[in-house]
Amino acid sequence: MGYPHKPHEKETVVLSEYFGDAEARTYDGWVQRGGYKALKTALGMQPSEVIEIVKASGLRGRGGAGFPAGVKWSFMPREKTKPHYLCCNADESEPGTFKDREIMRWTPHALIEGCAIAQYAIRAEITYIYIRGEFTEPIRIMQAALDEAYAKGVLGADAMGSGERLDMYIHRGAGAYICGEETALMNSIEGRRGNPRIRPPFPAAHGVFGMPTTINNVETLTSVLHIINRGSEWYKGLSLSNEKSTGSKLFSVSGHVQKPGNYEVTMGFPLGELINDLCGGMRPGRTLKACIPGGCSVPILNKEETESCLLDYEGCVEKGTMLGSGGVIVYDDSADIVYQTMRLAKFYAHESCAQCTQCREGTGWTVRILERILAGKGEPKDLDLLLDLADQMTGKTICVLADSCGAVVISAIQKFRSEFDAYIARNSEPATAVVG
Amino acid sequence: MANPELVTLTIEGVEVSVPKGTTVLEAAKQAGVLIPHYCYHPGLPIAGVCRMCLVEIEGAPKLQIGCATEVAEGQVVKVFGEEARKARQSVLEFLLINHPLDCPICDQAGECELQDYVYQEGRSNTRYLEYAKRFDPVEDFGPDVLYVANRCILCTRCVRFMDHVADEPVISVSERGDRAFIGIHADATLDHEWAGNVVDLCPVGSLISKDFLHKARAWELDRTPSVCTGCSQGCNIHIDTRSNVVVRVRPRSNADVNRYFICDTGRNHYRWMNRGDRIEAPLFGQNSELQATDWDHALDETARLVRGSSGRAVVLANASASNEALFLAKKVVAELDATMAIRVERVDGEVPLHGVDNLALRSERAANVAGANALGYKDDFDAAVRAIDGASLVIVLDDDLAGVTRETLHGAANVVYLGAVLPDVARGAGLVLPIANIAEEDGTLVNRDRRVQRYFQAKTAPGMARPAWWVLSEVLKELGRGETLFSAEEAFALMAEVESAFHGLGYVSLGTLGKTMSEAGVSV
Repeated sequence: MGYPHKPHEKETVVLSEYFGDAEARTYDGWVQRGGYKALKTALGMQPSEVIEIVKASGLRGRGGAGFPAGVKWSFMPREKTKPHYLCCNADESEPGTFKDREIMRWTPHALIEGCAIAQYAIRAEITYIYIRGEFTEPIRIMQAALDEAYAKGVLGADAMGSGERLDMYIHRGAGAYICGEETALMNSIEGRRGNPRIRPPFPAAHGVFGMPTTINNVETLTSVLHIINRGSEWYKGLSLSNEKSTGSKLFSVSGHVQKPGNYEVTMGFPLGELINDLCGGMRPGRTLKACIPGGCSVPILNKEETESCLLDYEGCVEKGTMLGSGGVIVYDDSADIVYQTMRLAKFYAHESCAQCTQCREGTGWTVRILERILAGKGEPKDLDLLLDLADQMTGKTICVLADSCGAVVISAIQKFRSEFDAYIARNSEPATAVVG
Repeated sequence: MANPELVTLTIEGVEVSVPKGTTVLEAAKQAGVLIPHYCYHPGLPIAGVCRMCLVEIEGAPKLQIGCATEVAEGQVVKVFGEEARKARQSVLEFLLINHPLDCPICDQAGECELQDYVYQEGRSNTRYLEYAKRFDPVEDFGPDVLYVANRCILCTRCVRFMDHVADEPVISVSERGDRAFIGIHADATLDHEWAGNVVDLCPVGSLISKDFLHKARAWELDRTPSVCTGCSQGCNIHIDTRSNVVVRVRPRSNADVNRYFICDTGRNHYRWMNRGDRIEAPLFGQNSELQATDWDHALDETARLVRGSSGRAVVLANASASNEALFLAKKVVAELDATMAIRVERVDGEVPLHGVDNLALRSERAANVAGANALGYKDDFDAAVRAIDGASLVIVLDDDLAGVTRETLHGAANVVYLGAVLPDVARGAGLVLPIANIAEEDGTLVNRDRRVQRYFQAKTAPGMARPAWWVLSEVLKELGRGETLFSAEEAFALMAEVESAFHGLGYVSLGTLGKTMSEAGVSV
C-alpha cells in the first residue's frame, strides 16, 4: 500500500494530522494550519512556565527511554553561567522504527517549532538537529524549512519579534546507529568519533562542547507544540490506561501485516487492535507468531502476550518488554525466530562502537554461535552459553547497546526455545570443543 | 596547603580515608587492593571502556567501574565478591576470544596484564568454538613502534596518550565492533619524541618496541632503578639487564620529575653502557707507552704525581659524572690552585611533553650540571682547556677529550685520566685509571630543578674498573687525606658534611625518588 494512508477511525491524529499534505511543508502552509502559534505563545511566557506546562502534561521521551520531558528540561542549571544547548535526536536508526522520518518529511516546521519552544524553555542559544545521514529526503526538506524559518524571522537574532535569539543547525550523521545514543551524538556533533561517554557527568551538566545540554527525540519535541496549543490537561486526557502514560504516539508497524505503516494512537491502545484493525491483520492464511513492540532493542513478545499488551510504558513493562521507540515488528507463523534473532544480533555486532569489551566481543560472538546453530552445527550447551553471554552483556557497559542485544537473545530463547532446540537436534555430528 | 576534605569508605573490609574526588580504584590501592584494569592509567584521561574494573558497591543497582566512580562517605566496596568476579572473568573471556595465544613469541609475555589477570581470575578454558578475527600480523607505526593488531584489546591507552599527553593525535580507533583496531593517519608515523611511551602503556603485546624486539624474555631481566643521563631533566628510569648487558631502558614513575614517561632519546640512550672497548686495567705511562699495572701500583703512582704537583691544577669532568666523584676529585686538587670545569653539550630547543608540566627533553644534554656547579665546577670548559698549558696536574674525569690535542695535554706536567674508555688523546697521560659507568656503580646526580637523585648499580664493571668515587677516595687515602670509603653512601655523607649545597641530605633518605636541595632546609 502507498503511504500516507487515510487515518483509521481508531487513530488519534495529532502529530500525523498533516502527513501526506505537501503544503504543510512550506512556511505559509504551516502557518495556515495554525503553525507557529504555539511558539508565539511560548515566547510570551517565562521559560519556567513552559517547563511547568510540559511537566504537567506528563509527556515522556519518545526516543525509547520514556523519561519525563519536562523533568529532563528542569535539570538544566538554574543559574546560567555557560551557553546552553538543545540537541534534537533525529538519528532514527533503530530497525523497525520510522516515525521521525515521517514527521520530518511532512511537517518539518512542526519539528522546528517544537525545537524552538524547548530551546526557549531551557534557555539554549543553539539547537542542533542531528539527522541520520541516510535520510537524504528528510534532510533536504528540513533544510528548506529551516532556511524558510530564518527568512521569515521565526528563528535568528529576534525570533518572531520576541527579542530572543534562537539559532538552529542541521547536523548530518555519517551512518552509525550508535550516534543515536545521546552522548555519542554529542561527540559526533563535536567532530569526534561517535562513542558514548561515561556518565556522570550527565548532559545537563556537561553535554555537547562540555556545556549544559538537553537532548530530546523528534517526536517528543514535536508533541510539545500541541501541548502548548491545547494545554497540558488536554494532553493528559489522551490516555486509555493509566495517568503515567499520556498523549498520542506514533507506532511504526512493519513485518507480516497487511498494511504496514505509521499509526498514531492514544497511549494505552491495545497492541492486538493495532495489528488486527489498523494494520488489517496478518496476511491471508497466516497467523500471528510474535511481535517486537518497541523497535528492535526490546524483548520479543509471543502471540498471547502480543494480543493482551497495552501500548503504553507500563503496559509493555507488564509484559516484560518496553514501549521503546514504538517500532512494532510483527512476525507471522512463517518467521524463523532463530534466523530473526541472528539477524538482529548481527545488527548490534555491526553497530557496536567497540569501546566496551562485553559489547565489542560479545555481540560478535553471539552472532557466530547463532550462525553455527542455523548451519546445523549447534550444541545443546550453546543456549546456556548464549544466555550467559547475554547476562554478561547486560548492565555492564557504558551504553545499552549490548543490553539490547542481550534482551533480544534472552527473550527469543525463553519464548521460542523449541525452535532453537529443533535446529540443534539437526546436528548429527556435534562439534568437538577445542578446549574442555 | 589546606588539608583536602577526606572521605572514609570500606574496601574489601579495609577502612580507608582518601581525599574527596578520589576514584574507587585509586582508593583501593590504599586499602592494599589492586582492582584489575586495562584502560585506566593514572597518567591518562579516564576512558572507562575495558569494563575490567567492575566492582560491587553496596546500594548501587549494578556493578560500577572503579576507575570512574568517585568515592563517597560510608561506601562499602566489594572487589572480590562473586558478581564482580564473574563479570571480570567474563571480560577476560571476551578479550581472549580474539586474542592469539602466541605468548611464547610475544615480547610482552611475563609482563602482560592480560596474562596476569587471566592467571589471577580468568577461566581455565574457553567456550569459544568459532574463528577469531585476524588482521595483518604487524604494522609499522614509526621509528621504534610496531603494532600487532591481533593482540590489541582496544584499551585506547595509546590513543589517549597521543591525543591528550603528547598532543599529536595521529592514531585512533578505526572501524567498529570486533573489527576495530588502532589505525594510524595515512600520512603520519609515530615519530613524536615521546611516542615510545605507548609501548610501555600498552597492557598487552600489541604495541612493541623494535629496539627490544625478540631481545629478551621479561622474566630474564633484572631491573634496577636509575636516572637517565640523556639531559638535565633527570627522568627516573629502570635499567633492564640480562646477563650483565643492558637491554632496555624504561620509565620509572616519579610524580615530581617525569610522571610515567621518558622521551625516546632517553630510551635509546643506553648502548654506550655495553661498550666492549673498555679500559679493563689501570695503565701506567712509561717511555710514551701505556703499561697495564695493578691498582696498588697505580694508586701509589697517582698519589706520587699529586704530591709532586704544585701551583695550578685543572680538572676536566664529564657533566654526567656523579656528585661523589666530582666531590672527591675536587678534594684531590684542594691544595692546588685548581680550575675545574665540566663539558656540557647544548642543543637548540627543548622537546616538551605537552600534557605534563615541567617535563621536556632539555637542551642541556648532561645529567649533573647542577650538581657539578654546586660543587664549584664551571661550565667554561674551553677556559679550563686553555689553563692546561703550564699546569702541574690535570685530572680528567670521564671526559672524551674531544677537541683537545695531545700537544695541549703535553702542556701540563702530569695528566691522570679516569675513564671508562680510552680516547686516543689520553694515551699521552701518565696514568689511566679505569672507572665504572653509570650502570655499574651507585651514586647521585642533581637535575635542573636541584633534585638530588640516586642511581643504583645495574651490572658489574669490566675487568678491574672501579667506581670513580672509590678510585679517588683511595688516592686521597694514599695522600694521607682520607680513609677508605666502602660505598657511595659514605662518599655522599662526607660530601654532605662539607659541601653546603648538600647539607642536611642523607643518602638513604633520598630513597628512589630523590629530594631537592631546598627540601633539606638549605638556602642555596
